[in-house]
Amino acid sequence: MARAVNIDPSATAAGRDGGPDGPALLNTMIRIRRFEEKAAEMYARGRIKGFLHLYIGEEAVGAGAIAALRPDDYIVSHYREHGHALARGLDPRRIMAELFGKETGVSGGRGGSMHLFDVSKSFLGGYAIVAGHMPLACGLALAEQYKGTDRIAVNFIGDGAVNEGEFHEALNLASVWKLPVLFINENNLYGMGTDLRRVSAIVEVYKRAEAYAMPAVQVDGMDVLSTYETTRRLVAKIRTGEGPAFIEAICYRYRGHSMADAELYRSKEEVERWRTLDPIRRLSERLLGDGTLSQADIDRMHAEADTMADDAVRFAEESPPPPIETLHRHVYKEPAGA
Amino acid sequence: MPEITYREALRQTLRYQLQHDERVFLMGEDIGAYGGSYAVTKGFLDEFGEKRVKDTPIAESVVVGAGIGAAMVGLKPMVELMTVNFSLLAIDQIVNNAAKLHYMSNGQISVPIVIRMAGGAGSQLGAQHSQNFESWYAHVPGLKVVVPSTPYDAKGLLMTAFDDGNPIVFLEHTTLYTTKGEVPEEPYSIPFGQAEVYRAGTDVTLIAYSGAVRHAARAAEQLAGDGIECEVLNMRTLRPLDVDTILASVRKTNRAVVIEDDWGFGGFGGEIAAIIQERAFDDLDAPVMRVSGADVPMPYAGALEQAALPHGADVVRLVKSMV
Repeated sequence: MARAVNIDPSATAAGRDGGPDGPALLNTMIRIRRFEEKAAEMYARGRIKGFLHLYIGEEAVGAGAIAALRPDDYIVSHYREHGHALARGLDPRRIMAELFGKETGVSGGRGGSMHLFDVSKSFLGGYAIVAGHMPLACGLALAEQYKGTDRIAVNFIGDGAVNEGEFHEALNLASVWKLPVLFINENNLYGMGTDLRRVSAIVEVYKRAEAYAMPAVQVDGMDVLSTYETTRRLVAKIRTGEGPAFIEAICYRYRGHSMADAELYRSKEEVERWRTLDPIRRLSERLLGDGTLSQADIDRMHAEADTMADDAVRFAEESPPPPIETLHRHVYKEPAGA
Repeated sequence: MPEITYREALRQTLRYQLQHDERVFLMGEDIGAYGGSYAVTKGFLDEFGEKRVKDTPIAESVVVGAGIGAAMVGLKPMVELMTVNFSLLAIDQIVNNAAKLHYMSNGQISVPIVIRMAGGAGSQLGAQHSQNFESWYAHVPGLKVVVPSTPYDAKGLLMTAFDDGNPIVFLEHTTLYTTKGEVPEEPYSIPFGQAEVYRAGTDVTLIAYSGAVRHAARAAEQLAGDGIECEVLNMRTLRPLDVDTILASVRKTNRAVVIEDDWGFGGFGGEIAAIIQERAFDDLDAPVMRVSGADVPMPYAGALEQAALPHGADVVRLVKSMV
C-alpha cells in the first residue's frame, strides 16, 4: 500500500527510526532537478546571466547528506550549490530571484548563482574560488568548538579543490584541532574540463584525507541512501567531539561545467553510461518495487516540482531589480547605533 | 602620562580586549609558546590559556580563513600574520572572502576580524622580508587599512579595530616596535578616517603614514631652521582616508609631498596625489610630489638598503626645490 508522501520541502528526510525517509529524499532530488532544468531554460532565454553551474545528475549527494544534518548545522558550499540550497530548505522563489538578479533574491541580487546566502537557514554561502571556502568551514567549526556547542559545519567541495593548497591546509588544521567539520567531496571526475586522473597523483581523494588522520570514506554518490547513511554515521561521531571526517562521493554531472561548456573533453557514450545510474530513477524504482510508493505518488511529486519551478520563475520575473541607489550599501557594516 | 613603546601600546589593547570580551581570541604563528615574532603577545598564553591564544600551523590561508569563518558567526578573532610578506599566502582569504562577504550576502554576514601584520624595511632582512603592501589592501573595497605610526596611535587604533565590525588589515612597522611615546594608561579609541595634524605649518603639506611619519617630522624640523614651515599629516588609516584634512591643508599651503616607505610606482602616494589634483588643482602652486622607496627588490647589504629607503634628507631636498 502506498503511503502518504511528505512534500514539505523543509521537512527532514529522517524516518522515525533515524533511517532514511525514501520518499522525502526522492522528493528533494526531483525538486532540485526540476528547479535546475527550469534555470537552464531561463538561462537559454536570457533571463539568467553570468555563470550557471548545474547540479543535474549529482542530486543524490546534496539531498542525502543534508537530510542527515540538523537544520542548524552550517553548510558552506561551492559555486554549484543550488541543490544544496534547495535541500536545506531555502525558498525556491528567492533562489530563482537571485539567479535573475532581483532584489528579492536570497542575496538581494548582489550574489548571483554562485553566491547564495541564507543565514536564517545556516546556509553560509556558495563560493566561487575553488577550495577558498574550506578555511571558512574550519572557522565556523572552530567557533562552535569555542562556544562549546555540538553544532557542526559541512563543507561541500568538488574534485577540482583537491590540488589546491587550501584543501591541504584546511584538512590539516581541522584534524590537528579536532574541529567539528565534515568535508564532502563531490567527485564528478572532472575539474571543469580536466579529467582528475590527468592532474592528480592520487586519484582516490579519500586517501588524501586519510593522510590527515581523519575518518575518510568513498561512497556511491549516485545512491542517495548511501550518502544519507554515511553522512549520518560520520556526523554522529563528529558531534561527540571526535574531530573532522571526510566523504568522497563519486558522482557525475550530466550537463557541462557551466552553460558555456561545449563538452569536448568527454564522450556522449560516457554521459549515457552514467545516466543509467540516475539517482532519481534508481530510488523511484526501489520505492515502487517495495511498495512504498505508487506511480501516482511519484507522478504527483513531479507535478508538484513543476509547479514549484514555475512559481519560482513567476516570482523572479515579477520581482524588481535592486535599486541603483543601493549600489554602495553593504560594502561595510555600519557601526552599531548608526 | 607614561611613556611606553609601540609594542607595549599594542599589548595593552590586546590584553584589554582579551580581559573584557569573551568573543575575542588570538591566533597566529608562534604567538603563544614562542611569545610572538615581535613579542607583542609575549606571556599571553600563560595569562589567558590555549583557548584564547592559539598557536597555528604555518598555513596562512587557513589561519586567516578560519578567523574569517569564526568572525562570520559571532566571534572576534585577531589573527597575527607575523609579517605582511606572508600575508600574500592568505590574500585569497582577505580579498575574496573577508572583503566581500558582507556585500555578497546582502548584509546578512559580517566579518569582524582584525588581521595584524608587520611590514616595512630597514633591518637588513632581505627582499622577501622587507616589503609594504598597504596599497594592495587599500585598493579593495570592504577592507579597512590601518597604519599606526606612534605608540599613541597603535593603542587607540587597535581598540577601534576590534569595535569596528569590519575586516581590518592592521599594518605595523617592524622598526617602530621599540619607539616610545606618551600613551594614556586608560583604554581609548582613535576613530578611523581622521588624520592627525602631527605638526602645523603654512608652507608645504607633508603627507605620511606608518614609518614614514618619522621622515616627514625630521624633515619638517630641519626645514623650519631654514624658515620653511611644513605641515605634517599623519594619516592613521588609508581606508577610510581622511580626504578633508588633506584638502584643507593643501588649500592652506598650496604645496604637497607624499612620503611613503613603499615603492612609488602604483603605490598609495599616487592615489593621494590624484585626489589632490582632482579636488584642489586650483589651489596648487606646484605639482604634488612623492618621496618613495627605490624601485628595486630590497637588497640585503646595509648601505644598499639605506639607499633604497626614503629619508628625511630626501624630503628636505625636494621641499627646497618646490618653494
